[in-house]
Amino acid sequence: MMTQSIPLSWYLILSAFLFAIGVASFLIKRNIITIFMSIELMLNAVNLAFVAFASHWHQVSGQVFVFFVMVVAAAEAAVGLAIILAVFRSRETLNVDQVNLLKL
Amino acid sequence: MLHTILFLIFGGICVAGALNFLLQRHPVNSALSLIVVMGSLALLFLLLGAEFVAAVQIIVYAGAVMVLFVFVIMLLNAGEEERTHGSRVALVLGVPGLIALFGLLCWTVSSSRSQLGQVQIGGYYVPTTELGIALFREFLLPFEITSVLVLIAIMGAVVLARKERQ
Repeated sequence: MMTQSIPLSWYLILSAFLFAIGVASFLIKRNIITIFMSIELMLNAVNLAFVAFASHWHQVSGQVFVFFVMVVAAAEAAVGLAIILAVFRSRETLNVDQVNLLKL
Repeated sequence: MLHTILFLIFGGICVAGALNFLLQRHPVNSALSLIVVMGSLALLFLLLGAEFVAAVQIIVYAGAVMVLFVFVIMLLNAGEEERTHGSRVALVLGVPGLIALFGLLCWTVSSSRSQLGQVQIGGYYVPTTELGIALFREFLLPFEITSVLVLIAIMGAVVLARKERQ
């Protein structure tokens, strides 16, 4: 019987990589919708870490937490996209560099 | 062996999708590569024995949330983003910080690798009934609070996206 197990750290490193990519695109991208999507990518990376730890410690609460993260992400997407619509109506742009009225 | 191969395939798709997300200039291309990442993450959840989470990941994330994103991209007719001064500053400062962040996370994980151990296919399988029992007994109060949160989010979205009357 072949062994069917891999180290938990592989999953955690994949999760760290996805999170780092999310942070990078949050910083680099200038389109407000893409910035929003990189937040979703970061939340997904955290979900992977949650599920991996749930599988490792045989705890169901890790997977329940994933549901809460998903609900918060869905609520955040709905409100955030509505805000983007409102910003686009008043400023006629999606570039975050041009939405700078609050800047000193 | 099987687990390793499946992990490498779907993890590789995840990494490729994330890199494509970062490198694409057009928001629609970024959105579609994010859907690829979410789909392969759902398959990784299946490998970890979380079948209901995988289904919800496909339905809610890759389905509902991303449809909302793509819809808004098309509604606002978002084109390719241009490189600006701000993005160059972010590139110069962000990439070393990003490498430092990733290195720190990798170092943290690998320094405690001996305590982390192994995961295997079928080593921990969560039936949906068990998940439901945990959600509606142990986590009943957070569940109710998140439902209120979603209600407020719906009302907020409607109020914010409504056209103002002159």
